[in-house]
Amino acid sequence: MAFKPEHEIYKRRFGRNLGLGLVLAGFVALVFGLTVVKVTNGDPMQGFDHVVRPEMTPAPQPGGNG
Amino acid sequence: MSDINANGGMTEAGPVEAGFGDYVALLKPRVMSLVVFTALVGLLVAPVHVHPFVAFTSVLFIALGAGASGALNMWWDADIDQVMRRTKGRPIPAGLVQPGEALGLGLALSGLSVMMLSLAANIMAGALLAFTIFFYAVVYSMWLKRSTPQNIVIGGAAGAFPPMVGWVAATGSVSLEACLMFLLIFMWTPPHFWSLALFMNSDYEKAGVPMLTVTHGKRVTRNHILVYTIALVPCALAAGFTSIGGPIYLAVSALLNAGFLWGAWRIWRRDEAVAEADGYATEKSVFKFSILYLFLHFGAFLAEAALKPWGMGGW
Repeated sequence: MAFKPEHEIYKRRFGRNLGLGLVLAGFVALVFGLTVVKVTNGDPMQGFDHVVRPEMTPAPQPGGNG
Repeated sequence: MSDINANGGMTEAGPVEAGFGDYVALLKPRVMSLVVFTALVGLLVAPVHVHPFVAFTSVLFIALGAGASGALNMWWDADIDQVMRRTKGRPIPAGLVQPGEALGLGLALSGLSVMMLSLAANIMAGALLAFTIFFYAVVYSMWLKRSTPQNIVIGGAAGAFPPMVGWVAATGSVSLEACLMFLLIFMWTPPHFWSLALFMNSDYEKAGVPMLTVTHGKRVTRNHILVYTIALVPCALAAGFTSIGGPIYLAVSALLNAGFLWGAWRIWRRDEAVAEADGYATEKSVFKFSILYLFLHFGAFLAEAALKPWGMGGW
């Protein structure tokens, strides 16, 4: 027994879903690419790794308690 | 879309669902292609280096913003689109997309494009894009289009913003050059659309859109085409003396303006009987030339910028 031929509506739905999927994937790729470009072309960034770095501690104010 | 019929998206086999292409059609891809070109030129001729990926993303979201305003326009104008021969195959009048879907898509893409352009380029560019969308959807589509025969004149500003947005995306601010690129498209729009309206008059009349041809007649429209073309010439030539112009631009612009003036003069000289006798041949040829006019002007800007590294472009 042969299956009923697929209705045209399912083909349209598939095309629509595929198109939307590709657009979303493209958007994710775009945001990723933009992030890479912004990070690599921007000012040097510093990662904070929970290690005390004395050179970053503000100098004591003259006449202050610290 | 071959199965579209007058039953509002129904065929004998049942309801027709919109395909992906029908949603793309809501964004007016042909208008988007012009926006892509002018915005790209605005961005590339700016005296600031922009990373190619940032430039690509910026132009993409400027185009998406233009597409969003196109979807909002189709939502608002669905009733008159149904009447006009040129527009009745659009997704909403054809019954493929519901008006609410077009509104939702338009609003969502407006927000997305403004936000993404602000992130990719700068806030100023995003704000200008938001204003452009507002201008086209609200000021032109909702307010001017159905209320004044000057709709094209003021509404033309919406189409004139993309190169300025491109420039601002690169530099972060508006300058004389960006204003002159804006002015070039702004002044070009009325003679361009009025020459189209001269041979599409019956459609606008049927839809009740107060085009100048409908409210004041074709004689007045012909006069307006000539006057606006004369006013366009100094705006186009002035850009040639700024940092984005140069000898190549000026030569190209002089030739194109002479051609456009000649065309506007020929339209002005004709009366309706002569135009009808030859099927509006002059009006149609001037309309086609006007498209070439704008394309070559922006092409010349691009040529000047491209030749600069070799010491040839610009002054």
